[in-house]
Amino acid sequence: MAKIKLNVNGADHEVEVADDQPLLWVLRDELKLVGTKFGCGLAQCGACTVHVNGTATRSCQFPAVGAVGQKITTIEGLAQNGALTAVQKAWIDHDVPQCGYCQAGQIMSATALLRQKPNPTDADIDTFMAGNICRCGTYIRIRTAIKSAAKALNGSAS
Amino acid sequence: MNSIVNTENEYYPPVILEQIAQMEKLERESMNPLAGPVSRRSFMKVSAGAGGGLMLAFGFGLSEKAEAQAAAGAAPAAPARPAGPPGPPFNPSAYVRITPDGKITLISKNPEIGQGIKTAFGIILAEELDAKWSDVSIEQAPINAAVYGTQFAGGSLSIPSAYTTLRQAGAGARAMLVAAAAQAWGVPESEITTSESVVKHAGSNRSATYGELANAAAALPVPAVAALKLKDRKDFKLMGKRTSGFDNPGLVTGKGMFGVDVQLPNMKVAVFEKCPAVYGKVVSANLDEIRKLPGVVDAFVLEGTGSIAEVIPGVAIVANNTWAAFSAKKKLKVVWDETNASKDSWTALSAQAEVARKSGAGVQELKKVGDVDAAFTGAKKTVEAYYTFGFVGHQPLEPQNTTAWYQKDPEGDKLELWAPVQIPDGARTLAAKVVGVAPTRSVLHQTRVGGGFGRRLSHEYACEAAAISKQAGGVPVKLMWTREDDLTHDIYRAGGFHAFKAGLDEKGRLTAWTGHVISFMDSAAAAPAPAAAAGAAPQAPRPVRAVAGGGWPSPNEFPAEYTPNYRLTQTLMPIKTPCGPWRAPTSNTTGWLVQSFMHELSVAAKRDHAEFLIEVFGQKQAPPPAAAGAGGGFGGGGLNADRAKAVILAAVERSGYGKPLPKGHFHGLAFHFSHQGHFAEVAEVSVDKKKKVTLHKMTVVGDIGPIVNLSGAENQVQGCVVDALSTLALEVTIENGRIKEQNFDTYRIARMPVAPQVDVHFLDTNYPPTGVGEPAFPPAGPAICNAIYAATKERIRTMPITRQGFSIA
Repeated sequence: MAKIKLNVNGADHEVEVADDQPLLWVLRDELKLVGTKFGCGLAQCGACTVHVNGTATRSCQFPAVGAVGQKITTIEGLAQNGALTAVQKAWIDHDVPQCGYCQAGQIMSATALLRQKPNPTDADIDTFMAGNICRCGTYIRIRTAIKSAAKALNGSAS
Repeated sequence: MNSIVNTENEYYPPVILEQIAQMEKLERESMNPLAGPVSRRSFMKVSAGAGGGLMLAFGFGLSEKAEAQAAAGAAPAAPARPAGPPGPPFNPSAYVRITPDGKITLISKNPEIGQGIKTAFGIILAEELDAKWSDVSIEQAPINAAVYGTQFAGGSLSIPSAYTTLRQAGAGARAMLVAAAAQAWGVPESEITTSESVVKHAGSNRSATYGELANAAAALPVPAVAALKLKDRKDFKLMGKRTSGFDNPGLVTGKGMFGVDVQLPNMKVAVFEKCPAVYGKVVSANLDEIRKLPGVVDAFVLEGTGSIAEVIPGVAIVANNTWAAFSAKKKLKVVWDETNASKDSWTALSAQAEVARKSGAGVQELKKVGDVDAAFTGAKKTVEAYYTFGFVGHQPLEPQNTTAWYQKDPEGDKLELWAPVQIPDGARTLAAKVVGVAPTRSVLHQTRVGGGFGRRLSHEYACEAAAISKQAGGVPVKLMWTREDDLTHDIYRAGGFHAFKAGLDEKGRLTAWTGHVISFMDSAAAAPAPAAAAGAAPQAPRPVRAVAGGGWPSPNEFPAEYTPNYRLTQTLMPIKTPCGPWRAPTSNTTGWLVQSFMHELSVAAKRDHAEFLIEVFGQKQAPPPAAAGAGGGFGGGGLNADRAKAVILAAVERSGYGKPLPKGHFHGLAFHFSHQGHFAEVAEVSVDKKKKVTLHKMTVVGDIGPIVNLSGAENQVQGCVVDALSTLALEVTIENGRIKEQNFDTYRIARMPVAPQVDVHFLDTNYPPTGVGEPAFPPAGPAICNAIYAATKERIRTMPITRQGFSIA
């Protein structure tokens, strides 16, 4: 067990964790940030995706001790002062979710994608989003929402 | 035949069948003013609580006693929630609540599993209430059968079963607001209009908000249901439009809504290890070692009840948090006694099926029309084919879980559950039975459900959680299944086998058809059915029947009534692997079988598939459709040839079926009717040299009656197409009673790159509305396979298609 300090969504938290404890279970069980989901435990489904220094990371395979000194962002930390991001808005506008369980992970991946590629092609979306399973099959809407968010972001930047 | 569903045709759990019977009875009574007991189905005004205002509940064929209890704000069958743990507040039963501050709360009675029912129910209520959508919030109902009837998600039944009830509830609340305004202003009700949560009297230029009228409305008598006038479809403002899901803002910001998100004070996390081959028993386990591991609170053996639906033997570990529990589970070593455990294997089952197919031993005849043998002799051409399909898992992304709190109590022990389930009351009573708690002392709180697909019609994880909480001494525990638990202990979609033979005459017309269903026997068939509740009378042994989701939908399944000479036979083989309903149960494989073989016949007849299919639908006109009134009743019966032809023709038209396509692209067509939905789909596919299949586009035309939420309905259809594509290439491999695939690395559910373009179109009809979580699924697979044939001239006769060397790109 180790006592560590984690910076999550801009706030520092002191937590005691097992040496091999994945970040996912610190977020969910210790910090009660339950928006990040458990789906497979093998970095296969992407439901647990968070940002570590802005990079999309599968928190079920990322040891919490490795996150010390880094900036962690979860789905709860995207909106600032209640203002939704372009990606979150696009998800609502295009009514993306069905059951909704995977969508936090999808949104975290999509947000990271748009930071890397502000105008992603279909191939970019295929590659980047292939790590996130949606069992309900909302991929068509996810693609549309990503493009719509890209448009909104590029429009506001110019 | 004027039934809301063809219960013979589709699988429904018994609890749902009872509900269907009750709904049909109520429907007959309310549609027929002479039937008498309309008054039993009446509104109840219930106390609106401290906030004042109007609150309407809607009686569901209640006894007077239950009504009185409900009207008093008490749940007849549920105890008060124990003090302490947080959770959804216990609300008196109601559909509509309007408070003087103008807030309108609508109550959604059925589980939200991703089918969008919470939003759909809100839309139906708000439409008749004339509420402004932005004033509306939607709450999940408490579980209360006396007020809501059976609350469940399954069979695409939520819309057909609740459509009229909810419209009447909305209209009833609106009528009371109108009456309150009429009294206050001294004007006739007929001169009053409503819109956007405001009541208006144009003649005197007066208006009031619903909030302003709520207290006055609450003091008025509730209107008789028979006196209510429901809207004409042309006046709908919300129905049929696209509305974004009510919970979407919470979902995109990570609000905890799901079963796994439940947190209770002093809650522990449990895991449960079962024998990899079902029905294995625990001989011994390294429990002492496990108990010493960090964070582990307890570890013990559960002997179980012996029923796969409840608790089978295993080892429970209770820990302080999820990671401690998962880590301990990896170190658990159990010695299993597999004497009576499953030894099933796909290879052996296939060999057995082959014997059954050839020998015909043990075959039952399910249907016979005309003389197939004579027809085959006289046929110009006969076609034979043998199809096989493997087992698949459900794998909703939220793993199975339940939070359970068993409590000792001098007045009778109590059980409280928080669970993502498709039949909450079923889970509540079954888990109570397992731990010896009276059903009246058990409460279940509905959480949002991270995917259903039929998996959560079974509730063994809720039973396990209850048993663990009890054996751990009454601590609240959240039972978490790992993905490996979920995939290796699913209640699988049964695999199966089917031998076809058909005859065509000199004009290429279908004259004869035989089908031999080779499926699996419900292993519980010989044993008495599990009692629904403790103390229920023992039931007689059930007749031998196929496993749920296996077998054949009905002896009358298409094309039984459309072929002059027809014979259907069945062989059922024993199996221990648990099988159960899976999205569009039985139809999801039957559609693939029949619609693939139908295409084989059109090819053999050298005829256009669409034209051939339409001719078959013309061979016997189905009984005339039930009156397609605006009342939106449950009537409608089964497959309707006119509706079938209409969707096929529209799909052909929209897709350009038969017209030139980009080089290397090919079309495939299929139709299927299930869950009261008529769907025709056209797949546009290409196949490369390595037999990689790309689905470029699916054109879907459906007739499901009036649409509630167009966005939600389109989303379901898109999901059905992706799911069907994905499932074509999936299977769980059964070997020595074990499931080989453990996680998503080997059970490869479709991902973003394979998602096709989907063009969804609904025919605008006035048939009673049905749900759309299922009926778009069955035709998608055969449409793709028929397109693969067009592209390669190789017929797909196995699922997964990987067995024939194909893959999904």
